[in-house]
Amino acid sequence: MHPRTRKALTSIFSDGFLLIYFLFALFPIVWMILVSLKSTNELFTTQFVFTPTLENYQAIIFGDPRAAAGVVARVDFPRNFLNSLIVSSGAVVVSLLVGVPAAYALARYNFKGKDTLAFTFLSFRFAPELVVIIPLSLIYRQLGLYDTYFGIIWVYQLVTLPLLIWVLRSYFEDISPDVEQAAMIDGYPWHQIFMKILLPLVRPGLAAAALLAFVFAWNNFIFPLVLGASNVQTVTVSALGYISSAQAFFNRMAAAAVIASVPQMMLALSIQRYLIRGLSFGAVKG
Amino acid sequence: MATKQVSATDFAVPEEVVKPPWLVRMRPFLIALPALLILIGILYPFVVGVAYSFTAYAFTRPNTAFVGLRQYQRMVEDSDFLYSTFITLAYAISATGVQLLLGLIVATLLNRDSRIAKILQTTLIFPMMVAPVISTLIWKMMMQPSVGILNPMLNAIGLPSLQWAAVPETALFSVVLVDVWMYTPFAALILLAGLRSFPQGPFEAARVDGASFWFTFRNLTLPMLTPFILIVIIFRFMDSLKMFDIIFAMTEGGPGSTLMTYQLTAYRTSIQFQRLAQGLPYAIVLYFVIYFVSQYLVKWWGRAQRRAAGYS
Repeated sequence: MHPRTRKALTSIFSDGFLLIYFLFALFPIVWMILVSLKSTNELFTTQFVFTPTLENYQAIIFGDPRAAAGVVARVDFPRNFLNSLIVSSGAVVVSLLVGVPAAYALARYNFKGKDTLAFTFLSFRFAPELVVIIPLSLIYRQLGLYDTYFGIIWVYQLVTLPLLIWVLRSYFEDISPDVEQAAMIDGYPWHQIFMKILLPLVRPGLAAAALLAFVFAWNNFIFPLVLGASNVQTVTVSALGYISSAQAFFNRMAAAAVIASVPQMMLALSIQRYLIRGLSFGAVKG
Repeated sequence: MATKQVSATDFAVPEEVVKPPWLVRMRPFLIALPALLILIGILYPFVVGVAYSFTAYAFTRPNTAFVGLRQYQRMVEDSDFLYSTFITLAYAISATGVQLLLGLIVATLLNRDSRIAKILQTTLIFPMMVAPVISTLIWKMMMQPSVGILNPMLNAIGLPSLQWAAVPETALFSVVLVDVWMYTPFAALILLAGLRSFPQGPFEAARVDGASFWFTFRNLTLPMLTPFILIVIIFRFMDSLKMFDIIFAMTEGGPGSTLMTYQLTAYRTSIQFQRLAQGLPYAIVLYFVIYFVSQYLVKWWGRAQRRAAGYS
């Protein structure tokens, strides 16, 4: 075979494989959007032809007329959405307040037990959640923190804090110590150096890490499942409600899933440049 | 010391003199203090959990009397223990293995000068961004007999319908399929970042020398890619050992006890059946397994990184 023909064939074959893979990767998302636009009558036909309707979105946002009659499971979606928003942003704000200084200390200072400390934070990322939340379910009941925003935000630190500390530490390490020393010679106190020079330098990375932490907190399921009930129920926990009822309402669930996940996909697109470093906790500087 | 020859260090200023004041020395700790407090707040329940695993505490019978290793003994002697170990490992190994392989292929194919590759790459992150429990429910819908789409698709290409997660034979396959769908993009993105970080020199030299694709792959690409492969393994293997969301949303550990991994067993026993102490050993044993395996892998990663950089 002529080398050029061979090259063209390899290229076609490669693109073909990629297309098949991406069909597999994107199909469930496209299907979720399609089902969310189907009326309940059209749900059980396998034909692709259908008349899109927004009734599912209306039902989950403004309440389902049939929920009152007990036909459909009652899921208070707007309330759950708000809960997800409160606990996820609360968790990220707390993590930022305590994590940014800690990341700086871990990046810049040499002190005893530094690596142990950094790895203890990291080990939370890999720890099976139940090892912490089984005892917490008892402690929270004793302290009155069960099913409270504070309780959930506190335990979400397990998700958001290691991420922020490790990603930010890698960004701080990228800044040459000379920058700080120059400012020190100019007579700036350390807290001003931190606020006015270092923080602006890591800001893009900081924003990306915070957004990613938000997405992970939003996507979390096991913490609110075990440590929360009706007060703090998040969208991830309530999503189960749509299909655990006697009659499953897949189209409602799909609409809820679209509202709960499309914003994050857009967020992820906006931080794509920083995503790999975030996902790998600073280990891969993509 | 006293009889030694005079050396440069003898003239050095004694350390105590230049030691900075206490407040300056403590600064890193003070800066990290709030994070340390949260750390303690998370370590405390962990310690409490280990302590309770030596009792027979249940929510319905709050008894904190020390019973030694009885809960651990009970776990090991349970008739489902071996199977639970098997299914935990089978899930983690098959999910990580497939993701690594498929991720490597996708990354290699994306790392070409192709317009399609560039367009598709942007959408690679989508499956990872949807909440695992929500996308599992979507998959569950697709596998569902009446509204589902997967069986009609199988039939269209001449294959018989499957019962997916509803029967023991294909339950593991179904959840691993969802895991592979969700996290292959992670593997592909990390490996792609690795491929793009390589210096071009060695590859051009190999091309000039007429080395085959496989020769270059085995002797250049793979060794340089090892640190990135290890990152994928560290994240994916540890995460799938403790996978909860996908299995819970799909079958809650069923059918029967087909998918009762350590995490699912711990949840069912401690939370659903309210026998707090009895489920803890599963979570604690899993914690230590993950801790030691990840330590080992992280060390290996450090070595691989130095080797890939040409230091040894």
